Amino acid sequence: MKEYTLNINNKKIQVEADPDTPLLWVIRDYAGLKGTKFGCGMGLCGACTVHLNGQAIRSCQTPISSLKATSKITTIEGISTNIDHDVQKAWIQEQVPQCGYCQSGQIMSAVALLKINPKPTDEDIDTYMAGNICRCGTYERIRKAIHVASNEMKKK
Amino acid sequence: MENNLVNRRNFLKYTGLSGTALVLGISNSNAAVVTADTVETGHALFLQPTQPNLGLNLTPYVIIEKTGKITIFNTKPEIGQGTYQSIPALIAEELELLPEQYTVLQTGGETKFGPMQMSGGSMSVRLNYNELRKVGASAREMLLLAASQQWNVPASECYAEKAKVVHKPSGKSIGYGDLVETAAKLEVPKNPTLKDTKDFNILGKSVKRQDIPLKVSGQAVFGIDADVPNMVYASIEHCPVFGGKLTNYDKTATMNVAGVEQVVEVERVFGVYQSTGVAVIAKNYWAALKGRKVLKVVWDYQGNEKFNSETYAQSLRDMAKNEGIIDANVGDFDKAFGESVKKIEAFYETPFVAHSPMEAMNCTAHWKENNTLEIWTSTQVPSDVMRDIPTRFGLKPEDVTLHTAFSGGGFGRRLAIDFIVEAVGLAKTLKKPVKMIWTREDDTQLGPFRPPTFSALKGGISEEGKLMAFQHKVISPTIMSFLMPNVDKTKVDETMVEGISHQAYEIPNMRNSFVYADIHIPMFWWRSVTSSTLAFSHECFMDELAHAAGKDPMAFRLEMLTKDSDTKRVLQKLKEVSNWDKPLPKGKGRGVAQYEFFAGLGGQVIEVTKLSDNSVKIDKVYAVIDLGTVVNPDTVKAQVEGAVVMGVTAAIKNGITFANGKTVQSNFHDTPVLRINESPPVEVHILANGGSKIKGVGEPGLPPVAPALANAIFAATGIRLRKMPFDLDNLG
Repeated sequence: MKEYTLNINNKKIQVEADPDTPLLWVIRDYAGLKGTKFGCGMGLCGACTVHLNGQAIRSCQTPISSLKATSKITTIEGISTNIDHDVQKAWIQEQVPQCGYCQSGQIMSAVALLKINPKPTDEDIDTYMAGNICRCGTYERIRKAIHVASNEMKKK
Repeated sequence: MENNLVNRRNFLKYTGLSGTALVLGISNSNAAVVTADTVETGHALFLQPTQPNLGLNLTPYVIIEKTGKITIFNTKPEIGQGTYQSIPALIAEELELLPEQYTVLQTGGETKFGPMQMSGGSMSVRLNYNELRKVGASAREMLLLAASQQWNVPASECYAEKAKVVHKPSGKSIGYGDLVETAAKLEVPKNPTLKDTKDFNILGKSVKRQDIPLKVSGQAVFGIDADVPNMVYASIEHCPVFGGKLTNYDKTATMNVAGVEQVVEVERVFGVYQSTGVAVIAKNYWAALKGRKVLKVVWDYQGNEKFNSETYAQSLRDMAKNEGIIDANVGDFDKAFGESVKKIEAFYETPFVAHSPMEAMNCTAHWKENNTLEIWTSTQVPSDVMRDIPTRFGLKPEDVTLHTAFSGGGFGRRLAIDFIVEAVGLAKTLKKPVKMIWTREDDTQLGPFRPPTFSALKGGISEEGKLMAFQHKVISPTIMSFLMPNVDKTKVDETMVEGISHQAYEIPNMRNSFVYADIHIPMFWWRSVTSSTLAFSHECFMDELAHAAGKDPMAFRLEMLTKDSDTKRVLQKLKEVSNWDKPLPKGKGRGVAQYEFFAGLGGQVIEVTKLSDNSVKIDKVYAVIDLGTVVNPDTVKAQVEGAVVMGVTAAIKNGITFANGKTVQSNFHDTPVLRINESPPVEVHILANGGSKIKGVGEPGLPPVAPALANAIFAATGIRLRKMPFDLDNLG
């Protein structure tokens, strides 16, 4: 057991955990932020996607010992205060989620994609989002919603 | 039945947190008298932590409080199919509420909410459409009468609108909350007048789902999100060989893992299938997983380590020679087949598959010192949980509370409660709250799985190119043998021959049958159940017959549909929307399939492009679903889009295989599901003629996928695929 200080959604938290504890379980069960989901535990499905310094990472493959106190971790709860991020609004407009379980991860990937590629093509979206599985099959709507969000963000 | 339900509707005066409330619902036969003394806040807190405590938990479906707050209970768990919106909407429409004017709460299998608190079989809307509208209409009529009494005006001068009653001549209005006390003294109308469908504000419209804001913000609470003070975590090592038994285990290394508290045995029960596992209990889930990794368990495989799926498949092939139990016998198949000019035979095979919902099985349970039990989980069957668990664990139903969360996918998997039995078993042993989570590997490997169906088909064509004789013999293990101890194997298992004798095609001579196969590995319902595999063999063989008859596959099917039928309309619609008669450029092909079964009816045309001599790409899916009446067109579209993606996965991705008695695959790398880059565009068309016949939404989009795709591949490449899954990159 070791003591760690993390910055999650701009809040400092102190955690006592085994060094190999995946960030996923720290976020969920230590920080109590349940929006980030456990899907496969192997980095295959993307349900656990969060941002580390703005970049999408798989939190199930990120041991707590690899993080610095200065590392900025952002989860689905940290991207907006009123469900008003352009990506969230686009997700609502296009009625993307079905069961919704994978959608936190999908949204975190989409937000990261739009940061590095504000105007992605269908192909760009397919390439970037291929790491996020949706068993309900909401892929077409995800594609559409990313375009909607991209257009909204461009207006600003 | 319907009238009886309405007559039994209860109305009562409730004195609770906000004083008098109007409470309406359909009571079940055991609860003609409703008591109003149950106060339960956890329920509300669990499903939607952002809402204030409701403090009520009553039989009825609607509660109107004096404050004007309106709550509608949803008895159909939300598993992605949209019942969180569509079921309360049936009441809200008749009660003249807008979606933002009521709160939805999910029920937890309480007897008072009736025995059908479950989501499955595409049943939710189609079996509740009229009853729930009547609940809303009764409430509306009572509120209208209450207003007319308070105002001393004729009720005919009043109408309801947006949670208010309006007096037409004067224009004055009053909120529902202010009518509750007067309405509480009125009789419940026995035969309320339902709204004219043309006046609908919600039903039939693509209303936005109320669960979606929760699901784009991480606020939706799934079973795995249950957070109970002082809970421990559990991970269970199950016997990797199905049918094996626990001999003993050594927990020394496990107990040395920091955070591990205990190692205990636990029972898993799925119907007649029973197994003992070893659970590692720890302060956090990671410690439980680490402890499990170093746990040494000795199993007695009981000879089941010899099982492998290829040998099993060969046994099913061999059994095809056996005489089947007759499912349908029309005309004289042998004579007609003998006289046919062209005779063709084919054998089709399908694999085992796992459900693989994104949220792996999990359940949190707390067995308290006073021998009451609280359960938090994602389940499709709250009623079943409450029927089973108290009896199984020797508790009174009233001592068990179930909190039904949003489900991270169901697809039939969560119709089983094996993982709930496990968690409750652990809770009983530990006497403290425990959250048990299956890993993805557990979820992939432990079943229950969709059974494989093998099909032996024969068809005879006349000189005029007509199908004169048809035979579909199904050889498969049965789901029922796991659900019931003594299946009568002299009778056809209807669930394993689903639809094969009930397609609309007019075939003069047909003999369909079923051959029972045994298996010890747990099998279960998977989205669209046996139709998900039988449609493949049935509709691909129709395609083979069409080609044998020298006919266009669409024309061949329509020629067998001389009478008016839903199937005929579905095919005609498909023909139109897919431009079927317009030839495709060289190197492309299209295929058609339809399937009618217990859940409803869907059909698809799929277009593919030939990339090389043995590889293709899916270009487009045209899907038609026949519903009669539609509650939310956008939800229907979403369900069909999703069913297509799931259907393509089942058609082209590895299923489940077994070697040495164990499941070979373990996670999404070796039993993959379709990803966004592989997902074809889907164009959905809904046939909704507004008739009284309502069909299901969640499943009918799935069965046509594999056969339409295989038929398209044949059209593009000349390769006839008779075994699922097929590899689009290497068709062989």
